[in-house]
Order: sequence, then C-alpha cells, then structure tokens
Amino acid sequence: MDAQQTTPLSQYVGFDSITRQIESKLLKRGFQFNVMVVGQTGLGKSTLVNTLFASHLIESKGRLEAHESPRSTTEIHPVSHLVVENGVKLRLNVIDTPGYGDQVNNENCWDPIIKYIKDQHSAYLRKELTAMRDRYITDTRIHCCLFFINPTGHGLRPIDVTVMKKLADVVNVVPVIAKSDSLTLDERDLFKERIRAEMQYHDIRIYPFDSDEYEEEERELNERIRSLIPFAVVGSERNVVVDGKQVRGRKNRYGVINVENENHCEFVYLRNFLTRTHLQDLIETTALRHYEAFRSRQLLALKESSSKQQAAQQAQQQQAQQA
Amino acid sequence: MSLAANGSAPAGRKQQMRGFVGFANLPNQWHRRSVRKGFNFTAMVVGESGLGKSTLVNTLFNHKLYPKKEVPAPHMERPKTVAIESISADIEENGVRLKLTVVDTPGFADFVNNDESWKPIVDNIESRFDAYLEQENRVNRAKLTDNRVHACLYFIQPSGHALRPIDIEFMRRLHQKVNLIPVIAKSDTMTDEEIHLFKQRILADIAHHNIQIFYAPSYDVEDDETLAENEEIVRKIPFAVVGSDQQVDTIDGRRVRGRAYPWGVIEVDNEEHCDFVKLRQMLIRSHMEELKEHTHNVLYEKYRSEKLVAMGVTQDHSVFKEVNPAAKMAEERALHDAKLAKMENEMKLVFQQKVAEKEAKLKQSEEELYARHREMREALDKQRLELEDKKRRLESGRPLTPEKGGYAQGSKKKGFSLRN
Repeated sequence: MDAQQTTPLSQYVGFDSITRQIESKLLKRGFQFNVMVVGQTGLGKSTLVNTLFASHLIESKGRLEAHESPRSTTEIHPVSHLVVENGVKLRLNVIDTPGYGDQVNNENCWDPIIKYIKDQHSAYLRKELTAMRDRYITDTRIHCCLFFINPTGHGLRPIDVTVMKKLADVVNVVPVIAKSDSLTLDERDLFKERIRAEMQYHDIRIYPFDSDEYEEEERELNERIRSLIPFAVVGSERNVVVDGKQVRGRKNRYGVINVENENHCEFVYLRNFLTRTHLQDLIETTALRHYEAFRSRQLLALKESSSKQQAAQQAQQQQAQQA
Repeated sequence: MSLAANGSAPAGRKQQMRGFVGFANLPNQWHRRSVRKGFNFTAMVVGESGLGKSTLVNTLFNHKLYPKKEVPAPHMERPKTVAIESISADIEENGVRLKLTVVDTPGFADFVNNDESWKPIVDNIESRFDAYLEQENRVNRAKLTDNRVHACLYFIQPSGHALRPIDIEFMRRLHQKVNLIPVIAKSDTMTDEEIHLFKQRILADIAHHNIQIFYAPSYDVEDDETLAENEEIVRKIPFAVVGSDQQVDTIDGRRVRGRAYPWGVIEVDNEEHCDFVKLRQMLIRSHMEELKEHTHNVLYEKYRSEKLVAMGVTQDHSVFKEVNPAAKMAEERALHDAKLAKMENEMKLVFQQKVAEKEAKLKQSEEELYARHREMREALDKQRLELEDKKRRLESGRPLTPEKGGYAQGSKKKGFSLRN
C-alpha cells in the first residue's frame, strides 16, 4: 500500500480483528519447520539441535565401537517431532547427515544432501501441479541448513567452501562455528573475519538476504545478525551449577562454561535468531526464493523439452509427407 | 664389590672383585663423550591443519621453532599435495646441545580427496632410511649423520567419538616404520569424562586394527621410582594435550603458559589440566634415547632386511660355517674341472650337430645334381633319336616332312600314297 489516501471511517467497523482470526486459524493448523544439520562427525551437531529446542530430538550418530565400520556414504536421517509452547504447535523435522566429510575420499559426498533438498522441492511442486490437490500441502522443504565449521582457527577448508557454495544455491545456509570453546576470544574474532572474507571471495550468499521490502529496523537487525555470522556456539544437554543456579553448560578441568552466557558463546544469539526473530522469515524465504527459483527452472525445462518434442514430431510429420 | 647383575651378559663366570679397578666410571666417560658430540633428534608431526601442531612443538621445546602461521588469503593458490617441510634448531640446556629437527606435513587430510595422502610421508621416512643405509655401505664411514625420524606425533581431532577412517588408514601404514605417538589435540574443549571415554575408544580402535604405538617400555632393573613414573605415563596414553607458547595471568595472579578463556584459564604445565607434562616427560626427559634406539634396532633393521631381500641379496648361510682352506681349494678345483668337462661335452655335441647338418645338406645337393644329370641325359637321348630319325629319312630320299612332300609333287595322288 503506497502513498494512498486513507479514507476516514465514521464509525468503528471491527475488521481489525482479522489478525486474531488469522492467528486462531494458524494456531489450529500448527506450524511446520524443517531444519537440516551438515558437518563433520564429532562437531556437536546433535547436541546443538537438542540444546536449541531444549529437548532430546536427535541422537548422536558417531561411531562408538571399534568393530563398527565407519559409514561409507552420507546418509539422510529425517526425524519428526511435535513441540508445543503456549498453545503454539510446531511440527519440527530435523534432518541429520551422518557420514558427510568423514571418509578419506570425500568427493561428491554432498550429492545426497543436494539431491534430498531438491527432492523436497520437487515433491512440493508435483503436489501443487496436480489437478486435485490437497487443501494444505505438507511442507517438507528444508527451511534452514545449519552448516558446522571446524574450529581450526585458520579458515574454511576446501570441502567447506565447495559444499557451502552448492548449498547456498538451494537452501538458506546458516554457518555455525562448532565447539567454539576451543577458541579464545581473540582467536574467535580473527577466525570469523577470515571466514567472512572467504565467503565473500567465493560469492557464497548466506541468509539473511537483503530485500527492498524490509523496513529500517528489520534491515538493522539483519545487519547485526550478519556481523555475528558465523555464530560461535557451544551446545550442552546437561546442566551444571553456576552461582547456585542450574544452567545448561559444560564443566571442564579448569572452568565452567555456561551455554546461555553471552560472554561465553553466542548460543543465545543463534537461538533468538532462529526461533524468536527469523523463524517466519526463514519459511517465507524458502518458499519465495529457493522454491520459486527451482519451480521456474523446472517449468522452463518442461516447456523446452515439450517444445523440442513438438518440433521433433513436426519434423517427422514433414518427412513422412515428403516421402 | 659385586657386579650388577646384567641379564643379557654372555655365560661367563661372575667373579668377586678383590679391589677397586675403576670401570664403574664408564658411564661418566660415555656421558662426557655424548655431551661433547651433542645429540640429535628428529620428530615428525602429522595431522589436519588447525590442530595446533606448530604450537605444541613450540611448547614442548620451549623454543619458537615455528613462527606464527600465515593463513593464505582467499585468492591465493592452495597447494594440491601433501608437502614435507623440515625445520632445524640447535638448542642448548645446561651445557647439553641438541640438534632438533621437526618435520611438518602440511596438507595432510586437508583436501576433499585424501586418498594416498600418506604416500609422501611414507616415502619421506623410507628415503631417510635409504640415506642411512647408503651411508652405512660406504667405504669411509667416519661421518654418519642420522636423519631418520625417531618419533611421529599423530594429532587426533577431539571429536569425542572414535578414530576417523583417515586416522586408522594412516596409522596402519606407518606404525611399522616409525614410533607412533598419538595425541589428542586441543583437548581443552573436552570434559574429563569425555576425554576418558574418548581415550578408551581410541585404544579399542588401535587394538582392533593391530596398530603398534609407542609405549614407554620399562625394565625390571630400574628403581621403583622410575617404574612408577613409567606406569603413570603409560596410563595416560594417548595424551590429551593443549599447547600454548604465550603467557597468561591466572585468577590467583600467577603468570603461566596457557590459554585464557572467559570462563577460566587452562595451564599447559598443570598436570590436572592436561597431559602435556607427561608427553614432554616421555618424549624428552625419559624416553628420547629409547625412541632413537627403537628406531635404529627394530624399525630400521626391519626396513633394511626387507629391502636387501627384495634386491635379491640372499642370506648366504655357508658364511657361518668353519672354513678349511685346503679343503676349500680342492673343492674349487673339482668344481673347475667339472665345469671344464661340461664345456668340452657341450662343444662336442655342438660339433657333431654341425657336421650332421652339413652332411645332410651335401646329400641333398648331390641328389639334385643326379636328378638334373638324368634329365639332361634323357633330353639328349631324345634329341639323338630324333636326329637319327631325320638322318635315315634323308638317306632314303624321303621327304623330311610327309605333308610337304605331297604338295611338292604338285597334286595329291588319291589313294596312292608314296609314304611308306
């Protein structure tokens, strides 16, 4: 609604209750959020997801026995949970990718992941295009991909660069520095700078994106988030006692890390970003940006292939006529 | 004075000494000589980039061997293969000189495809063995420099789960060629319990794949204190280490080597915080000589025998028999005679063969000649017959050729032929 003259009302009508009507409808339907975790084994992916949503959602899939053989390919493990908070129902799908980057030769270990993401888009597209489609299509498209970076302190590894580039084309990527309690604050800042420089150099576009529709404060918020990315996090499902209170944290030989303390790690920022401020935006961006791009590419390809078929048929007919 | 019992002494009689001779001073002489010559030690560090290898080396020897790492900017070319870089330093402590060489392996496990990343490392270790072997085989062996790798510190990522495929593969390929000492890098990120479980799993993996790592060996002759120390060291293998070449202030005001976090300070030299002290003790203070000996007596010897056998040098066991020179000469002469006789026989055979060949050839040509001769004779006979025939005809006045005779007469006499 641009600079349009608002017509004055002579009496209270009551259409402002539409927001509450929408809300009650949405509350009945519930929300759907699909998040994927990608990273080397042992970086604390499962722990972080469980910490983010304060519940035991996924199991760590590390190899624990000597006679177990290590995974030879990346497997995709979706797990579905229903969580409720203040009457708001959230259907949470967590997709784990064990085996990524673990082998000696990791060429194309990202293929199963990209394929899975595209398959979800394609399933949604098919449901959309059927003549008799469901009222509400269940959305299995990945809304957010948490990419875990090894806390080496140097920079991104070649495999990280390759995979992040490929992922950023099809899904919202949120990079995260795993096990950041192995970096001192100075090392952490330096590491983040280097990662940001590398991402810029390789043209990796990470969420959040800029859009003209955003207002001033939203843009500011996005700027702040972008200055924090990648988030340096520590995850923990266990509680430790700090100042007489039970908090989630880790007790080392030399100190106690409080996961919710902003001076210790950036877990709080990540959680607020994912759940409190940008949850809706993540879902919307997936639909508006990635899904639309996929859809237009598919439909164009369909049109091209059908027009090619038509041309081939016509050529055949002409040949038959001539002969 | 009684002699110290040495279990490996040859079966001689233990004598009781009747006075002080003074060879108890031998260890001191050895000591003086070693100090004079100086020591050398070569260690190799292997592990993914960013695990703190250079920092740990600097911390171990309290000497800034490696300068601060220059991380390449995004646009710079990254190397495509594992490189082998070695740095040397001469350090001295209390009059004892040590030539320390550290071999770094940047690029190991850093690529997308790490197949064969151990190959350059294995090649490097073997080439050092080859260099030493070659020196040993020289005519003038006065100057033997030992560049062989005495210890290999393998850095394990602190994942908390178990060894990764590349860790297992590397260790399997190298444990027979070098003393493997696995260390858990950046262990300040793990809790006590996690470290304990992780170590158990690593040892289980190592046992499962029959990998031989270096365990500080202890001997019965040593005193209880040393034995107790050794046991403590062995219990902590693999060492969970933290490295730091910087000084920080602790909460109670001390200045120590360590890392300062918002939640606490970890001290590198504090045994309660990490196993760095034990690693240093094993590597430098108690078992450096052990490592060198093991490299020379076991690993190098194994490599050497395998290599010589592969080159076709067979073990000549007759070398160990007692040799009688006269018998040997007679043996040699007999051998020589036998050889000569054999050669004679061979030559005879060859001669006979050649003769037979020549005979056969000559026979063949003889036959050919006969055949030709006959042919020509027959041809001649035929000609003679023809000629005689012609002669008779001429003599009897008959025409040479019957048809021509008929026409010469001018007419053909019917029914009346002058031919006979």
